[in-house]
This record gives sequence, C-alpha cells and structure tokens, in this order.
Amino acid sequence: MSNAWRSFKGRNWREDVNVREFIQSNYTPYDGDESFLEGPTEATDKLWGRLQELQKEERAKGGVMECETEVVSRMNAYGPGYIDESLKDLEKIVGLQTDKPLKRAFMPYGGIKMAEQAAATYGYTVNPELVKIFTQYHKTHNQAVFDAYTPEMKRARHSHIITGLPDTYGRGRIVGDYRRVALYGIDFLIAQKENDLAHCGGGNMIDKFIRLREEIAEQLRALRGMKKMARLYGFDISRPAENAQEAVQWVYFGYLAAIKTQNGAAMSVGRISTFLDIYIKRDLDEGTLTEKEAQELIDHMVMKFRMVKFARIPSYNALFSGDPVWATLEMAGIGVDGRHMVTKTDFRFLHTLENMGPSPEPNLTVLYSSRLPENFKKYAAKISINTSSIQYENDCVMRPVWGDDYSICCCVSATQTGKEMQFFGARANLAKCLLYALNGGVDAGSREQVGPQTLPVTGDVLDYDEVIAKFDAMMDWLVELYVNTLNLIHYMHDKYYYEAAEMALIDTDVRRTFATGIAGFSHVVDSLCAIKYAKVKPIRDEEGLIVDYEIEGDFPKYGNDDDRADEIAVWLLKTFMNKVKGCHTYRDSEPTTSILTITSNVVYGKATGATPDGRKAFTPFAPGANPAYGAEKNGLLASLNSVAKLPYEYALDGISNTQTISPDALGHTESERINNLWHVLDGYFDKGAHHLNVNVFGIDKLKDCMEHPEKPEYANFTIRVSGYAVKFIDLTREQQLDVIARSAHERM
Amino acid sequence: MITGKIHSTESFGSVDGPGVRFVIFLQGCRLRCRYCHNPDTWSMDGCEELTAAQLLDSAERYCGYWGKEGGITVSGGEPLLQIDFLLDLFRNAKLRGINTCIDTAGQPFTREPHFLSKFSELCRLTDLFIVDIKHIDPQRHISLTGKDNANILDMLRYLSDSGRPVWIRHVLVPGLTDDDEMLRRTGEFISSLKNVQRVEVLPYHSFGAYKWQALGIPYSLAETLPPTKERVENAQRLLGCGNNKEA
Repeated sequence: MSNAWRSFKGRNWREDVNVREFIQSNYTPYDGDESFLEGPTEATDKLWGRLQELQKEERAKGGVMECETEVVSRMNAYGPGYIDESLKDLEKIVGLQTDKPLKRAFMPYGGIKMAEQAAATYGYTVNPELVKIFTQYHKTHNQAVFDAYTPEMKRARHSHIITGLPDTYGRGRIVGDYRRVALYGIDFLIAQKENDLAHCGGGNMIDKFIRLREEIAEQLRALRGMKKMARLYGFDISRPAENAQEAVQWVYFGYLAAIKTQNGAAMSVGRISTFLDIYIKRDLDEGTLTEKEAQELIDHMVMKFRMVKFARIPSYNALFSGDPVWATLEMAGIGVDGRHMVTKTDFRFLHTLENMGPSPEPNLTVLYSSRLPENFKKYAAKISINTSSIQYENDCVMRPVWGDDYSICCCVSATQTGKEMQFFGARANLAKCLLYALNGGVDAGSREQVGPQTLPVTGDVLDYDEVIAKFDAMMDWLVELYVNTLNLIHYMHDKYYYEAAEMALIDTDVRRTFATGIAGFSHVVDSLCAIKYAKVKPIRDEEGLIVDYEIEGDFPKYGNDDDRADEIAVWLLKTFMNKVKGCHTYRDSEPTTSILTITSNVVYGKATGATPDGRKAFTPFAPGANPAYGAEKNGLLASLNSVAKLPYEYALDGISNTQTISPDALGHTESERINNLWHVLDGYFDKGAHHLNVNVFGIDKLKDCMEHPEKPEYANFTIRVSGYAVKFIDLTREQQLDVIARSAHERM
Repeated sequence: MITGKIHSTESFGSVDGPGVRFVIFLQGCRLRCRYCHNPDTWSMDGCEELTAAQLLDSAERYCGYWGKEGGITVSGGEPLLQIDFLLDLFRNAKLRGINTCIDTAGQPFTREPHFLSKFSELCRLTDLFIVDIKHIDPQRHISLTGKDNANILDMLRYLSDSGRPVWIRHVLVPGLTDDDEMLRRTGEFISSLKNVQRVEVLPYHSFGAYKWQALGIPYSLAETLPPTKERVENAQRLLGCGNNKEA
C-alpha cells in the first residue's frame, strides 16, 4: 500500500473504504482555462481511425457488427480482446466485453426469449442447446416476473399505461464505485466483504439475512472474477493502482466487469473525473507522465466507453432509440466545504469531444453551479456549441440531498456513489390515466376495461372539479398498481439477475431508492388548463366513449412562465409523488419519481388517444418535463422558467428538459454564443431547475442529415435527446421527425 | 398612466444588444421596407397596451439570465414612434438598475425642439442604440422603404455628437442593398461617426415572407435568395466590421 498511496493525504480512507474522503483530501481545484490541453497522440488517431472504420462497418450491417450465439456472457467467458490485434500495443487502456470489438454478448439472464429475438433480428441463431438450458434448466428474470404477474398488471402493461418496465432486460442504473478498484485493489475489498459476511445476521436465519448472506457471497465471487479478468490482460488488480495509467485501467476493469455481466438499460460509469485527476497530477508532479500522455489515457478510456454494446430487441430500440448505454460520467460540482471540484481532468474529458469528435457516449454530464470557475463554464459552453454532446445538472439542488460524491445513473438520477443502489421503474403514462378517468377506466383504443370501472364524465362540457376528482381517483389506482408491479419486478431481478459485480463495489449496508416516473406530463398539465380556462367539449363515438375534444377559447399553457399553468404542473407532480409515498416499496426502499421519458415519449404518445389540450391521437408526447410542442410562445427563457418551477424535492429521480437552440439565435460570434449560453445556464440553475440538455444546431442541419445520412460529416453528428445523447442517424425516422418537429428556439 | 402599444415580447434575445436580453417589440412603423420580416408590426392598431411597470415586471422574471451585460431591448416596429412611453419605460428601468437598449431605424427623428428635448432625455437613459442603416442613397432609400433617409443619418450624427454608444446594422439584400459602391459610401459615413462600437451585416433571409402572405400584402422579394458568404464578407469588409469591439 505504501507505494501506491505515496504522497496521498488524509487518514480515514486508509482504514475503511471511503473514496469521498480520499478525494476531498487530495484533489486540486483548477481555475485556469483550456490552453494546457493537448491534441490526440498518433496512437489515439490510429485507434480512433480504426474504431470509426468498425463503426461504419457496423452501420452498414444494419447497426450490429456481430452477435454472440455460443457463449453465455460472464466476467471471464472470453480471453482478452482488442480494438485491433495488430494495434494492440497502442492501446493504453484495454478490455472489451467480448473477444472482438463491437461484438454483442449473449446475455440470457434477463430473459431468454429476448436474447434469442435480439440475435434473430440481426440474422443470428442462438445455439439451441443454450436456449434449452435457459428454458428448461435455468429460470430467467423475465419468466419469473410473468409467473407472478396478475392479470391486471398484464392488462396495464399491454395497454401501455405503464411501459418500459425492466421485466425483459436488466434494470441497470446501479453504479458500482469503480474507483475502489484503483484506490484499494481487490484484495482489500475482498477482506472488507468477508468481514461483512462474517457479521451478517449473527446466525439468525430470517429472510433478509439469508438473502444478504447469499448476495455477499455472490459479490465475493465477482471480486475474485475481476482479478482473474484483469490477469487475462496481464494486470494484477489485487493490489491498488500505483500510477495514473493503472488507476485509469483499474477503474475501467471495474466497469468492464459490470458490462460483461449485466445488460441494464443504463450502465453508468459514475463520478471518476476528479478522482482520476489526483493520480494524473501526482504522476505529472513526479515527472513520470506528460500532459500528452495524460490526455492519451483519458482518450483511450473514453474510446472504450464509446464501444459498449448490448443486443437489444426492436421494441426496446423503439423505446430507447439509437443504441444508448448511458455510460454516464460526471465532472465539476461543488464540494460540501465550498471548494469547486473542477480539475484539469474535467477539461480532459470534455476535450475528448475535440480530439475524437462528438459522440453520444460516454454521457458526459457537467454538475453545474453558477459558482463554477468561469473558465470551465466557458469551455463547457464552447464544447456544447460545437458538439451538442453534454448535459448539465444542477449540483446546487442535488448536493443538499446527495452530498458531494454522487453519480448520475442513467440520465438524470443521482445516487450516492458506493452507498446506494436504485430500483429503476420506468414510468406511468399520466396522460392515458386522465383519459381513463374521463372514460370510466375504459381504454378508448382497445375498448378494454383496463382501469377500475367508474362513472365516466357526462355532459357536453368538461367540468374542472369533476375531472380533477375522477383523475385523482384514477391516479390512486394507477400508482398502486404501478408500484406493486415494480415491487414484483425487483424481487425477481434480485433473485434471478442480481448485479453482483456492481454491488461488490457498493457498501453492504446499502441505501435503496425506488424510482418511479411520469410520462405525458405537459399534456396532462395543458389538458387541465384547457378544461379550467377554456371550454372543452368531449366528442363521443357511437358507443359513448370520448375519443376527441373540441376546444373553444384560449388557455394558458405550461412553458410560458405563466403561473396559472405552472401551478397545475407543480400540483400534478406533488400529487403523483405523494401517492407513490403512500405505497409499500420493496426492500424498504425510498420512493422517488422522475419526469423523464428518454425517447419513449414517441412510443407512449403512439399508444395514447387524443388529449384535451388539443394533442392529436397517437402522436408523440413532449419528452420529459418539456412543454408540449408549439406551446411555448414567449421564447426559451420563459420555457425554462416554467420547468424551473417544478420542485426537485418532489422529483428526486430527476426532471429532464431538452432544448435546441439555433446557433444564430445564440449570438453572432463564437464568444457571444459562449457567453450567452453560460449565462442561460447560470440563470436557469440559480432558479433551482434540475437538468438541461443543450443542443446547438439549426433545423436545416437535421433535415439534411435525415435525407443524407451517408454524408461523412454526419457519421458522428450527435444530438441530445431526453436524458442522453445519440447519433442522429441512429434514430428511427419517426423519432428523427419528432426531433425536427420540436422546432428549435429560432428567432425570426 | 401612460401605456405602450406592444406587439410582443421575447424572453431570450441574444442578438439584440450585449448579452442575454428581454426584447420588447413595439407596434407601429412608418417605413415599408421591402424585406421587412415583421410587417405585422407596421400598423398601430390591434395590439396589447401595457404600462412600463407591467413590462418591467415581466422582464425582471429573467434578470437571473442577464449577468453583468444583459438587460432589455426595445425593438419594433419603430420604438421612437412611442417616445413618451419609451421615456417612461427607461426611466423606470434605470430606477430598477436595468441595462437599456433601443433597436431603431431612426425614421421619426427630427431636430424640432418638441422631439429633440425628449430625444436628448432618452439618450441619457439609453445604454446602447442599435441603428439600422437601410440604404445610404436617399433615392434608393425611398424606393426601398418609402421614406427619405436624411433625418436618419442626421440622428446618427446627433448620437455621434452626444457620445452615446451605437451599433450599426445593415441588412444585406442581394440586388437591393449589396452593391459595392453603396457599401463603400455607407462605410465612409460610418467611419465619420465617433461613437460606433460595432457594425453588423445581417444577411437577408426570407423567414418573414409567410407573414406578408398572412397579411395579404404582396411580397416583392419572393425570388430573392440570401446573400452568399462571399458577399457577406465583402460587405463586412467595406463597412468596417473589422473594427468591432468584442463583447
């Protein structure tokens, strides 16, 4: 340990696992600008060039390079793999999910049918012996969930009032503290977990101790597996990292263990930037590393994050389009002691977008505060303007809740690194819930009685008080059903698809959050506004079901900084969240909610009839907490002010907002654009808003890219959608049209 | 209480003065520029009337985005047509510590004492004037806008003498406002002014054409394309944009 920890300060972290204390005792805030940064090395150019060729080949093959059909993915299912065998000596950071670059592993534990179907979609047939094993001899998560689902749950799922549930794939969103591998080495972590196992339950074999003892044993197995995995690449991670290269490599090995064993929807990397800076700075100070080499380490690590792949089924791709993995990685933020946490390595991570061009992954996330150093704000704004690849989240609302060492799992959900795990719960379609309230629980699309049979609204004009009473009651039903469905799913996931690798790098005494979510948010708000402030006449079909609406008169809409509408938005969030809080949640988890749809706003909208705000039947919802398309009449800042009114305390899983600004509307010169953008961020986050995806491009570029995806300049054209970044050419045409329809804030 | 005739407001103005700005579009304009992208602001009728306090309350909802540079910009329409309201608005804005900017074409300007006394007061309350030079040549100015430009150029001289900071803008319309000789004369005029901080060339775009159609007014530039990059750079050179002070 003495050599690995040379010149590090602080005490407590040496005895117990405490990465936060290590960081706070050792990091160096950086106030300067980006002039110190170095361009790519020759090795980076060669490797990235090769990887771009591979990505091109992947696209030519319909989006998938190759699917595994013979080997079940495990931590050590494969020997070492490299971007290119002939270039492997150039790779400063090594490790692939399988034996070949971009090849997708076979991961049947979430559900064998889905694993089979994913392979079949791209023309691969899984070895029938494996199918037999996972059908006859080994139960999967998916089968277990469907064994236990009630008919009501299946109906709700089928009608898309709850959708995107993690019942066919890994739930993801668990961020292992991968930094622990570097700081402590695996042997230290094994000793800690062995100690935890020895003290678990004290011989009382009640459910929770039995389960926990089994889980710790699984974690220990995973830790030993990580050592073996690293050994295959020629590294001994039983001991702590001794220099920057090892630190980066060790952290990556921890993450690699997770993505070899889990195909979670979101497989986030976590808050590693400030941590790694400590190692890089020590080497730079000792004269054993140059800035060029430091940047190369970060570039090569990021290149690996750009290669993470999972085999997905078409319906999954429709929900979460563009092959995302949410390798979310954070930088900046402010420490509890008041020092900002921007380091040179935060610049280095952003700089990867210049050295290797824009990219959706890793999902680079700036933990923002108006108190961050101006040089960093300017650099981040510049990278946003040039690449549209960064998202911003408000450290000042998250820090009081999660401290100063949280990570973002997925898009917007904070989780204390190494201290917490999350039960991911997709989202409930509140727009559909409103329609059920009006139609007495009947789905006007399928004509099925999905919700409880209640009296539908009568009369020729919708009455606000009557609608609210019915909607409130229907939400009671939906929330209870939704939370119970999730309870069941997570019970089975723990049992059949436990995340041993990630959990091995999280404290045994873990805090669990239970993340619910809302879809159709702005449409419900505007619908209620229309009913309250205008005259909404329901149009009924021959069976008496309401299928459309006639709206007379004007009404306030969410997205215009109009308190009449925005108060309804706040009411909706609070009402939903309070109902969730009233439910029992699995494993004593703490319930939270998000207003985040990812790209599923398109799928949800397609499954939902016309809404009283004037939205046509089966058209996309606005994403996340975004105001509805066309609702914003007073410009960008009015829209931002509306979203900023939603109280984060009621949506601790995050409030996602995506805005696209045309470069011409941001300023005439580059320096004007940079300054205007960071001022917008300052203003928005000082108001207590949570999240902003920033896109800077014109509609013309999107249209041209949709029509000419083959142009080389669009190969890596990245845009931010709700909660993540995506290559525009990887979206379905439907989603491309949806993005274009949400026209940019472009002043005439 | 004095009210202004307001066409609309925009919470995020980023190209109408320094920094992020709340832009107030006033109703009414006497110019009939053939390329106008806001013909719906020409008429004085049928708009909302608001007081200075109401507008400033709205604007201040966005003060958190302004930083040290931003503030409000009054555009139009032609703001100087409502100079009494403008004075009231800016007096109150200054009481609230808000940075003020006017985006004007200068057409109502005259040295008649009745107007000039108000205008000189307005100068004291205005942090920046953004002035459009539509055309330097009087005849062609008339054919482009329907009005003479003598008093407009005179306003720029007055502002130069008063020392108030000015940004000059020129909309570049191929075939109408982009010949070299005229650009050179415009450049010479600008260089004779002492207070110009910045000169901007705004390439013509046809985004406003649909409004003409909606208003049932024939649009004479339907066939006109935006200027090429080369022509824009040429205009920037001839107008002396190279001397701009960076914000």
